[in-house]
Amino acid sequence: MRQILQIRTRFIISLSLYVVFLQCERNPTSRGFDLVSTITELQANSRLPVILNEIKTLIWKEVTLEWRQKYALSGMLLYVVSTVFVCYLSFNLRRNQLTPIVWNTLFWIIILFTAVNAIAKSFSQERFGRLLYYYNLCSPQAIIISKIVYNSLIMLLLSGFGFVFYAFVMGNPVGDMGLYLICILLAAIGFASVLTLVAGIASKADNSATLMAVLSFPIILPMLLMTIRLAKNALDGLDWSVSSDEITTLLSIDLIVITLSYLLFPYLWRS
Amino acid sequence: MRKIWWKILCIAIIFYVIVMGIMGPVPHLAIINESIRNTYYHVALWLAMTTLLFASMVFSIRYLSSGRINDDDIASELAKSAIFFGILGCLTGSVWANYTWGDPWPNDPKLNGAAVGILIYLAYLLLRSSFEDEQRKARISSVYNIFAFAVFIPIIYILPRLTDSLHPGSGGNSTFGSYDFNNDIRKVFYPAIIGYILLGLWLAELRVRIKRINRVREEKLVSTSRI
Repeated sequence: MRQILQIRTRFIISLSLYVVFLQCERNPTSRGFDLVSTITELQANSRLPVILNEIKTLIWKEVTLEWRQKYALSGMLLYVVSTVFVCYLSFNLRRNQLTPIVWNTLFWIIILFTAVNAIAKSFSQERFGRLLYYYNLCSPQAIIISKIVYNSLIMLLLSGFGFVFYAFVMGNPVGDMGLYLICILLAAIGFASVLTLVAGIASKADNSATLMAVLSFPIILPMLLMTIRLAKNALDGLDWSVSSDEITTLLSIDLIVITLSYLLFPYLWRS
Repeated sequence: MRKIWWKILCIAIIFYVIVMGIMGPVPHLAIINESIRNTYYHVALWLAMTTLLFASMVFSIRYLSSGRINDDDIASELAKSAIFFGILGCLTGSVWANYTWGDPWPNDPKLNGAAVGILIYLAYLLLRSSFEDEQRKARISSVYNIFAFAVFIPIIYILPRLTDSLHPGSGGNSTFGSYDFNNDIRKVFYPAIIGYILLGLWLAELRVRIKRINRVREEKLVSTSRI
C-alpha cells in the first residue's frame, strides 16, 4: 500500500516538474528538456534573478504596507484571541468533555476561519489604480509568488500566536511538539497558497466575501483533513514514520497548488 | 443529418446496457448477490463523470490559450452534464448502499469526497453566474475550473485510498478488477461507460447549441435596435 502511495506521490511531483518545464519550453530563449541546460540557460538569460529581485521587493512592499496600517494585522490577532476565548468560555461548563480530538479539531477550525479572513483582503485591500501600477512594473508570476510567500508568513505568525494562546487557555495535550509545529508550518503554507489564488479569483467578482467562502471551503477540505490527521498523530505522540504518508501528501498538494497558481495567475491578471 | 451516427450509437448502447444490465448473467457472490448489477450504473456513471470533467478542463485550457468564447461554452456545459451524472451516481450508490451496507449514507471517505467534489463544481456554477461581462466570466471561471479539477482528483481517487474506505481499492480492499470481475460483467460494463460518455456529450452539445442560438439572436437584437 505504502509503495503504491510513494509511486503516486513521485508521479505527481514529476508531473508538476514537467509542467514547469513546459512553461520554460514556451519561453523561446530556453529550449530543450535537459535539466542542466535549462537551468544554465535560465541563468544566462538572467530571468530568474530578475524575478527573485521583484519578489523580494514586492514582499518588502507588503511588509511596509502592513506596518504602516497596523490595524489590519492587530485586527487579525485580536480575531484569533477573541475566537479562542469564545471557544474557551463555551466549553467552560464541561471542561472534562474536551477530549484531545475535539481540542485538535476546534483549533484547526479556528485557524481555517482566521486564514480565510486574513487572506481574503490580500487583493481587495489595494485600490484598483495601484494594482494597475504594480502590474505595469513587474511580471504576474512575481506578484503571485510574493503574495503567497507573504501570506504564508502572515499565516505562520497568526497560527503560531493562535497556538500559543490556545494552548495557554485550553490546556496543552500535545505529545510530540516538534511534529505539531511542522504540521502548523505545512498547514500555514498550504492554506496561504490555496487561499491566495482563490482570493485573486474572488476579488474579480462583485460579492467577493460570500464567493471567497463558497469557493475556498470545498477546495481546502482535503488539505484540512490531512492536516487534522497529521496533527492527531502528533497529539498522540506517535512515531514519525507513521505520519510520513501524511507529510508527503501535504507537501505534494502544496506543490501542485503553488505550481498551478504560478501557471494560472497570468490569465487571471489580464482581466 | 450530419454526424448523427454517434447519437444512434449512444441510444443503442444505452438500451443494450439497460436490457443486458438487468437480464444478463452475472457472477454469484456472497452478500452482494444480484446487486452487483449496480456496477453498470453507479461505477460507470462516476467514470463517465470524471471523463467529462477532464474534457471540460481541457476545453478550459484551450480557452485560456486561444481566447475563443466557444471553448468556454463547451467547458461549462460539459461540467454541467458531469454534475448531473455525479448526482445520479450518488443516488444509485446510495440506493445500493442502503441494502448492502445497511445505510444510505455511511460515513465513508469516498462518499464525503464525492459530496465535496460536487460542492466544488456547484461553486464553479455560482462563480460563473456572478459575472456580467462574458469574456471576464469565461477567463476567471476557466482558471477556477482547472484549479478545481486538480483538487477534485485527489479528493475522489487518492485521499480515500489512504484511509479505510468501504469502496473497493481503498484501505487494503482489493480493486474490482482482481477477482469479482469476469467477462460477463466486462461485456456490459465497458459499453456502459462509453454510452454514458456519449449521452453526456449529447446533453452538453444540445445546451451549447441553445447558447449559441441565443447569442446570435441577442446580437441581432442589438444590431437592429442600433439601426
